[in-house]
Amino acid sequence: MSEILTPEEIIKKGELVFKKTKFMTDANLSYCPGCGHGVAHRITMEVIEEMGIGEQTIGVAPVGCSVLAYDFMNIDMQQAAHGRAPAVATGIKRVFPEKYVFTYQGDGDLAAIGTNETIHACNRAENIVIIFINNGIYGMTGGQMAPTTLEGMKSSTSPYGRDVSTMGHPIKITEMVAMLPGVCYATRHAVHKPGLVRKAKKAIRKAFENQRDKKGTSIVEIVSNCNSGWKMTPVDANIWLEENMLPVFPLGDIKG
Amino acid sequence: MEEVKLMKGNEAVAEAAIREGVDGYFGYPITPQSEVIEYLMLEEPHKRTGMVVLQAESEIAAINMVYGAAACGKKAMTSSSSPGISLKQEGISYMAGAELPCLIVNVVRGGPGLGTIQPSQADYFQSVKGGGHGDYKLIVLAPASVQEMSDFVEDAFVLAFKYRNPAMILSDGLIGQMMEKVKLKPQKERLTEKEIREKYDSWATIGKKETRERNIITSLELKSERQEKHNDKLQAKYREIEKNEVRYEKINCENADYLLVAYGSSARICQKTIQLGKEKGINIGLIRPITLWPFPSDVINEAADKVKGILSVELNAGQMVEDVKLAVNGKIKVEHFGRYGGMIHSPDEVLEALEQKIIK
Repeated sequence: MSEILTPEEIIKKGELVFKKTKFMTDANLSYCPGCGHGVAHRITMEVIEEMGIGEQTIGVAPVGCSVLAYDFMNIDMQQAAHGRAPAVATGIKRVFPEKYVFTYQGDGDLAAIGTNETIHACNRAENIVIIFINNGIYGMTGGQMAPTTLEGMKSSTSPYGRDVSTMGHPIKITEMVAMLPGVCYATRHAVHKPGLVRKAKKAIRKAFENQRDKKGTSIVEIVSNCNSGWKMTPVDANIWLEENMLPVFPLGDIKG
Repeated sequence: MEEVKLMKGNEAVAEAAIREGVDGYFGYPITPQSEVIEYLMLEEPHKRTGMVVLQAESEIAAINMVYGAAACGKKAMTSSSSPGISLKQEGISYMAGAELPCLIVNVVRGGPGLGTIQPSQADYFQSVKGGGHGDYKLIVLAPASVQEMSDFVEDAFVLAFKYRNPAMILSDGLIGQMMEKVKLKPQKERLTEKEIREKYDSWATIGKKETRERNIITSLELKSERQEKHNDKLQAKYREIEKNEVRYEKINCENADYLLVAYGSSARICQKTIQLGKEKGINIGLIRPITLWPFPSDVINEAADKVKGILSVELNAGQMVEDVKLAVNGKIKVEHFGRYGGMIHSPDEVLEALEQKIIK
């Protein structure tokens, strides 16, 4: 067993225990404290650094809270119109098949306005990675109902709770695209606990390895909190996520 | 040896794209331009040049694929017809904002809505005044022959890359569908990744080397002060284009008493009207704008000093006539004549309209 050190002892020893990946910029994250985006950004960029593919990777940012992902990800980036990231990524990958291409999208972007682009990119087995942050709400525009908003969940456009008889059901897009032969890997993770962060990072690594091995589309869904959109403290939001989001969006591999 | 072929306008665009060394074509079928993607699929240009041809799930996806490829410094294009071009407007606006070069071919059909599949010039406003949201301009080339459908592919890419701006070939169902003799250009090599890096490394997203900052392709700027500066830059670019890139053709303008202004297929019809006028002793000139934006305003303004009246002849209810009037600035009478909804005026109808609206 390795020696367990106190923080003071670690500082005293001067050993490096954590270093920000060079593929994250020094810009202050624009996300709310407690939001999962920061962690999801970091582990994505750590994978890119660990695989040594930073010079060959092009990322596509969506519309939504992570529209400014290119301010934080220190690689060549494109910003796509709302929902169109998988089409933009298709354009990149088709003319530069040897590059690594990923999209980073929220649930409003990927599972509502971009459903068509998502399904068809997956159906064509576009050899890309889709990182899909599902927090059940439109965060950036101020907490409106998303396609993934839970039944009964309140938002600014479902102020009395989502009534599935008129507003539809929370959509499980990862399960949907997992049915397509073009998708080689569909998996759902969370990043609100250290153990889960490690698992999510492994999944992202696997997704990029699939791209390297030309296996088709990989989609990694990350269930995250939106504490400000949900109008909760970050701690309460994580508890609510476990008790309410995860039963509807269970963690684990769906395919591959 | 010179290669000459008998081709449809739509086929000529497709063949010209392969020979231009285009890297990616992304399209979606719609009448009357489906021959573009059909020709490309049949021709298998990936075997000839490595060019990618992809049928997208929608026009929206197609233009966004063009966005992705263009942002890598690649030559990318799409084609469609009016309803499909409406769908592409979001992507076109983003590309104008992000300053991405590309080619969009619009083989116009009559509208509004689903309209008709017959030729029309009713998309003039949409093409030259922006089309999507925001203050922006497309470089718009209007071919009047199958030869120009072919030639303008190269011209459009030259201009698009020179100014990092989307360029459009604004054709219609007549030019797209008709067959004419075409002199084909020699095959150009597609650029290698190394060549793209040498030319476009300052902006293209090709992968960030340690030696440079990351490249970001975006049309977003949340700080209004900076967004205004970005708009200033775009506007300055548009003024440059207006200064340098106006193209037009003058036919029979010396000693003309009356002037027709017409582009594309309407200009072809008007050439016959000039002959018919001669037979009746009416001396008619024609100015054919080749670039619809930038518009040949100065040329029309100067020409207005020497004629008694101008008829803007268009396959629409009166769109370019507004730009002709702005160019003439009240000096002489300017009227519009046109048929629309897929109907095409005859040379006689144009002469009759000139006599009734201008000469009488």
